[in-house]
Amino acid sequence: MAEIRLDQLAHSYAANPEQASDYALRRIDHVWEQGGAYALLGPSGCGKSTLLNIISGLLEPSQGRVLFDGESVNALSPQQRNIAQVFQFPVVYDTMTVRENLAFPLRNQGQPAAKVDERVREVAEALEIEHLLARKASHLTADEKQKVSMGRGLVRDDVAAILFDEPLTVIDPQLKWRLRRKLKQIHRRFDITMVYVTHDQLEASTFADKIAVMYEGEIVQFGTPRELFEYPAHTFVGYFIGSPGMNLCPVTPSAGGVRLAGCEVALAEDVRAALARHAEQRLVLGIRPEFIQLVAPGESPLTARVDLVQDLGTYKIVDLLLEGLDAELPIKVRIEEDHAVPEGRVGLLLPQRWTRFYADDRLVEVDHASA
Amino acid sequence: MRVHNNKAWWLVLPVFVLVAFSAIIPMMTVVNYSVQDIFDPSTRFFVGTEWYREILRDPRLHDSLLRQFAYSFSVLAIEIPLGIAVALSMPRRGIGVSVCLILLALPLLIPWNVVGTIWQIIGREDIGLYGWLLNAAGGDYNYASNPRDAWITVLIMDVWHWTSLVALLCYSGLRSIPDVYYQAARIDRASPWAVFRYIQLPKLKNVLLIAVMLRFMDSFMIYTEPFVLTGGGPGSTTTFLSQTLTQMAVGQFDLGRAAAFSLIYFLIILLVTWVFYTAMTHADAKD
Repeated sequence: MAEIRLDQLAHSYAANPEQASDYALRRIDHVWEQGGAYALLGPSGCGKSTLLNIISGLLEPSQGRVLFDGESVNALSPQQRNIAQVFQFPVVYDTMTVRENLAFPLRNQGQPAAKVDERVREVAEALEIEHLLARKASHLTADEKQKVSMGRGLVRDDVAAILFDEPLTVIDPQLKWRLRRKLKQIHRRFDITMVYVTHDQLEASTFADKIAVMYEGEIVQFGTPRELFEYPAHTFVGYFIGSPGMNLCPVTPSAGGVRLAGCEVALAEDVRAALARHAEQRLVLGIRPEFIQLVAPGESPLTARVDLVQDLGTYKIVDLLLEGLDAELPIKVRIEEDHAVPEGRVGLLLPQRWTRFYADDRLVEVDHASA
Repeated sequence: MRVHNNKAWWLVLPVFVLVAFSAIIPMMTVVNYSVQDIFDPSTRFFVGTEWYREILRDPRLHDSLLRQFAYSFSVLAIEIPLGIAVALSMPRRGIGVSVCLILLALPLLIPWNVVGTIWQIIGREDIGLYGWLLNAAGGDYNYASNPRDAWITVLIMDVWHWTSLVALLCYSGLRSIPDVYYQAARIDRASPWAVFRYIQLPKLKNVLLIAVMLRFMDSFMIYTEPFVLTGGGPGSTTTFLSQTLTQMAVGQFDLGRAAAFSLIYFLIILLVTWVFYTAMTHADAKD
């Protein structure tokens, strides 16, 4: 059980990395506190698995340090780090029974037989695989194998942390929910730091207390699911979290606010002051589809044409084309199922409370106190 | 509506014809010889199982059969573990892989009788590398006169010639194990022995099955190499089944007995191979 600190970590698979794109991990400074349940969320190829393998010691970072409870473990092997890791695809020892599979990590540590039996029973019960204990692992189905794989990760109670690398990929959706809940229960029961890698935001937010979002080899935001939703720190977080993602529209500063596709959007003074500090950078306005209000065309300076309405059963997504002076911008709006579907032209209101601005993709912090 | 006809059988015909000419017809000829006593094409007598009964009582056959089993099992006992060990110690990436593969493939490319000749020369005590070295080191080595030396030389020759095959098969099997198994084993703190016992060996099972069967069948039918090296001697200490058979069929032109011998020989190989196959495929089927 340990706090895991990543200190200026960078990794490249190339022998002589030259530019930023040679790096799988660019620069990571991060802390995972003891006992937390964390998710590492990001698209495929953003470096999640690389980061996990560096923490567990399967991979040596090109630069930087990994610290467990303040002590560098860079020179230690995975065995010495005492980390458990569950991989994306099930790994079972075919010739062993399920019981032997679960006992394997404990027996390798030389634990007494009584302790081994007790832990195996506990973990098998938690994962609901008690009835399989006597079976040969080679005869199991893919999801049973993955449970055994996970069981081997959970069976040691002295580990510094348990790392999950998209462990539910091979499991069918029904079971996914139950297993995720199981993991969460196990987390509460055993109080072990858990880091869960996934590219599925739903999986991340149901499992974790705090989510680290990775993008192009960097952790761009670390926060609760709510923070990620309400205050995305990076345009990528806005786009990646949420369904559909945040609307991101390029804007230019003007006297009373910003110009969006040639139309004036009035802004409060504190927001304008914050934007003025980033006048040189590429500015983007971001607003989530949930927060845009649709009104009659005359009630707002922003008007749009309805392009397409998708009914998803519990809500509807309306694709709009913003009728700007110089261009038409696609905008998505999410409306409740019982809302009337607009037709033809509509007016758009962007509540300032939910409107964010990004300068070169990073959130522009608005200092409300100064206003 | 379903149409029933048997036209698809025509597709099997080419294979059937091929197998008939390559295996079934020649074998039936042998069966034909084995139940008759033939003096010339017009003088033949049906003798039933007489040749079989005679052959089964023939001490020559008993002796060479025992020798043959001893030889084949020695070959398996040496080449299988050695092949696995070689495969395990081969590099997994880099230029070393190609170098190792080429070196291993070399013995397999040499014709059998050349292998026999090579070892005939290497083993000589006057000009041969090994023979000279062994005698210079104080040993009393002579494969032409000492049965024990002859056996050792024949075995070493086979090991030199065929361990590569086992090693190459095992290497391909090892390469097909995904890295994640090794990673999981490291996370689980498995010892190198446990990695071999629980990951590598189970994954090698299928290639080992092929290796064992190939090496058993080949070594059980071995002819050329010992024939060139020792000529079956000294005495008949390295005379294996195929050589006994050849002497009978070609040397003495005793076709009836030789035919009965061939069929028994064939059945033994079939039986032992089947036993191996069944034992290895069912070893872990019981839950």
